[in-house]
Amino acid sequence: MGRVTIRGVSKRFADVTAVDHLTLEVADEEFLVLLGPSGCGKSTALRMIAGLEEPTEGTIEIGDREVNDVEAKDRDVAMVFQSYALYPHMTVRRNVEFPLKTRRVAADERNRTVQEAAGILGLEDLLDRKPAQLSGGQRQRVALARAIVRRPQAFLMDEPLSNLDAKLRVQTRAELVELRRRLRATIVYVTHDQVEAMTMGDRIAILDHGVLQQVGAPQDVYARPANLFVARFIGNPPMNTVTGDVTRVDGGVGVQIPGSVVELPGALGAAVERRALERVVLGVRPEDLTLADGGPIKATVSVIESLGHERHVICRLEDGQLIIVRQAANVPPPAEESEIGLAADAARLHVFDAESEQRVDA
Amino acid sequence: MSTPADAVVEPGAASRPAVAPAPRGRRFNRAVREAGLGYLLLLPAFLIFAVFIFYPFFRNFYLGFFSTPPFPGQPKNYVGLDQYKDVLTSSEFLDSLKVTVIFAVITVPVGIALGILLAVLAHQKLKGVAIYRAFFSSTVATSIAVASVIFGTLLSPQVGLLQGIQTEPSILQNPDPIINISLPVIRSFIPSVALTAVAVTTIWQNLGLSFILMSAGLQAVPDELQEAAEIDGAGPWRRFWNVTLPLLSPTIFFAFVVGSIFAFQTFGQIDLLTPRGGPLKTTNVLTYYIYDQLQFSKNDGKAAVLAIALFGVTLLLTLIQFQFLERRVSYER
Repeated sequence: MGRVTIRGVSKRFADVTAVDHLTLEVADEEFLVLLGPSGCGKSTALRMIAGLEEPTEGTIEIGDREVNDVEAKDRDVAMVFQSYALYPHMTVRRNVEFPLKTRRVAADERNRTVQEAAGILGLEDLLDRKPAQLSGGQRQRVALARAIVRRPQAFLMDEPLSNLDAKLRVQTRAELVELRRRLRATIVYVTHDQVEAMTMGDRIAILDHGVLQQVGAPQDVYARPANLFVARFIGNPPMNTVTGDVTRVDGGVGVQIPGSVVELPGALGAAVERRALERVVLGVRPEDLTLADGGPIKATVSVIESLGHERHVICRLEDGQLIIVRQAANVPPPAEESEIGLAADAARLHVFDAESEQRVDA
Repeated sequence: MSTPADAVVEPGAASRPAVAPAPRGRRFNRAVREAGLGYLLLLPAFLIFAVFIFYPFFRNFYLGFFSTPPFPGQPKNYVGLDQYKDVLTSSEFLDSLKVTVIFAVITVPVGIALGILLAVLAHQKLKGVAIYRAFFSSTVATSIAVASVIFGTLLSPQVGLLQGIQTEPSILQNPDPIINISLPVIRSFIPSVALTAVAVTTIWQNLGLSFILMSAGLQAVPDELQEAAEIDGAGPWRRFWNVTLPLLSPTIFFAFVVGSIFAFQTFGQIDLLTPRGGPLKTTNVLTYYIYDQLQFSKNDGKAAVLAIALFGVTLLLTLIQFQFLERRVSYER
C-alpha cells in the first residue's frame, strides 16, 4: 500500500476549471473521502489520480513515484466505478481475474487469488455467472473483488454505493469499512453523500467548484466547519445560518438577527470585535437549539416533522427565515403556529464573516 | 404487508361484487373482431409480398421443370427434375458457385475488418475527427454504378492509373466478343486479378456502410469499460481484443450475415466492370450467371433452377452462420 500525494493540481476543460490548485496528501492506509456536491471536481480529481485524465498543472505521486507521465495501466491503482463497469461478456470469475491476466500472473496463482477474493466478498457461488444475472449488490461486490485481487498501492472509489437502494447501502457501507480494516488499504473515496463521508472516512476533504474547502477528521469538520459552505454542506438537517449586524449588548458583543439579539460568548465576541466585523453569519446546528419559554430568539412554529426517533420543529423568524430545531421524540411537541422562544447552546455557536464567509474562531 | 387502513377496506371490497365479467359470447366476439382487424391490416402487405415474392418464388420451381428449346417458337418440354440434376451438377454451375464463394470470402471479412479499423480510428475525441467520419462513411452515398465507373476508369488498360496491375497474357484477353459495353471494362485481366479487382471495388463501395455499422456498435460500448480495462492494466491491444471486440460481436455477426447475403447477390459491378462475367468466366458469380442465362441465352428454365440454387445456398450459408458463429457472440449488456 502507498500514500497518494497531490501537489498544486489543476484541471481545466476549455473554459471550465474543474479542479483548482488542489493539494492533498493521503497517508498510507488512510481512508480519505473526497466530498462535495455534483460538479465540484471530486470525480475529476479521482480520475487524475487514476490516470484517466491528465492534470493541466501540478504533480501526482503514488507510493514514492511521480506518476504524471505514467499511463493508467501502469499506475498500480484499482478503481471501483459508480456503474461498476463490469465486463458484461465475461463471467464473474473472468471479471475478477482480468487484472491478474493483464499482469501475466500464472494460472494457479490466479485461481488462488480469485478464490480468496471471492471468499472475502461472498461470491463463491456466483463465479460462473455473468454480470447480467446478478443483482446490484452482487455486481458491486464483483467490482470490489476485481479491485482487491491485485493488492494495488491505492483503491480509488467513485461513488460506489450510489446505485444501491437505501438498505443495501447501509449494509455495504459497513462491509466496506470491514473490508478496509482487513486489507489495510489506502483508499480515496469520492461521494456526494455526507453520511458516507462521516461514517467511513478517516478524513474528509470537501471540495466546491474545484477548490478544496477543508480537510479534517469527520468530527472536526462537523464541529468546526472552516467556512459557510462546509457548515451548510455537512449535517442533516443542515446548520441554521442567519445573517445579522454586530451590536454591543451589556458590555458584550451580540448579533442582531430578525426579531432578536443573540449574545456571543466572551471570547468569540472579542474575536469578532478584534476583526472589526460589521456583518456576520451566525450558525447553529439544529441539535444545539432548544425550545425554551423566554428563550432569547423569538420565533413562530411553522411545521413539525416527526421522524419517529426524533422530531424537526421548523420555525420562522420575524422575517420569515426558516430555523430547524431538532427535538427528541419523548418531549412534548410545541403547538403549530405558536409563538416560542429558542435558546442556542452558546458554546456551539458558529460565527462566519459575512463577506469572506470564513469561520471566526475565538 | 397490509396497513391497518387496508385491513379496513379489504372486507368491504370482498363483500361487494366486482365489476360483472362480460358474458362469454360477447368476449369471444370481441376477440374475433380484433383478430379480423389484425388480418385486415396485414392484407396489403401480404398482397404485395404475394405478387412480387411468393408467386415468383413458387413459379421458379415450376419453370425449372421445363427445358427451354434451343430455338425460339418451339414448345417447352416438361423434363421434371432432370433439368435440376443437369444444371446443378454442371461444371459451369459449380465454377460459378466457386467464384461466388471466393468473392464472398474476399469481400465480407475484409470489408468488416476495414470497417472496424476505421471505426476504431474515428472513435476518438480529437479535433477534426468529424471530417474523417464524413470521409469514411461517404461511400454509403455512392451507388455501385458510380463505384464501378471510378474503379473501371482507374483500372482501364488505356487510361487507368492502375493499368500497371494488369499483367499480360493477351491470349486470355476477352475470349468472348463483347457487344454493348460502353464503360471502360476489365478486358485484359488474367482471371484471378479480375475477380480481385471486382472485389476491391465492392469492398470500397461497402466500406461506408461497414464503417457506419461498426461506429454505431462502438458507440454502444461504454467508455467506462475501456477505462476499467485500462486501470486493470490492459494496453490498447488487449483492450481491443478483450473488451471492444466481444462487445462489438453482435454488430459484427449482423454485418457478417447480411454482408454474405449481399455478396451472394452481387450483380451490378460484374455487369459494369467485366465482359459478361469474364474473362473466361472468372467473375461469373451466380447472380450474373442467372442473368446471363435469362438475358442472353433466353433459357428461362435453367435460369429458374439457378435462382433456386442461389436461394438454397444463401439459406444454407445463413443457417450455418447462425449455428457456428452466433455462439461466439455475446449479447449481454
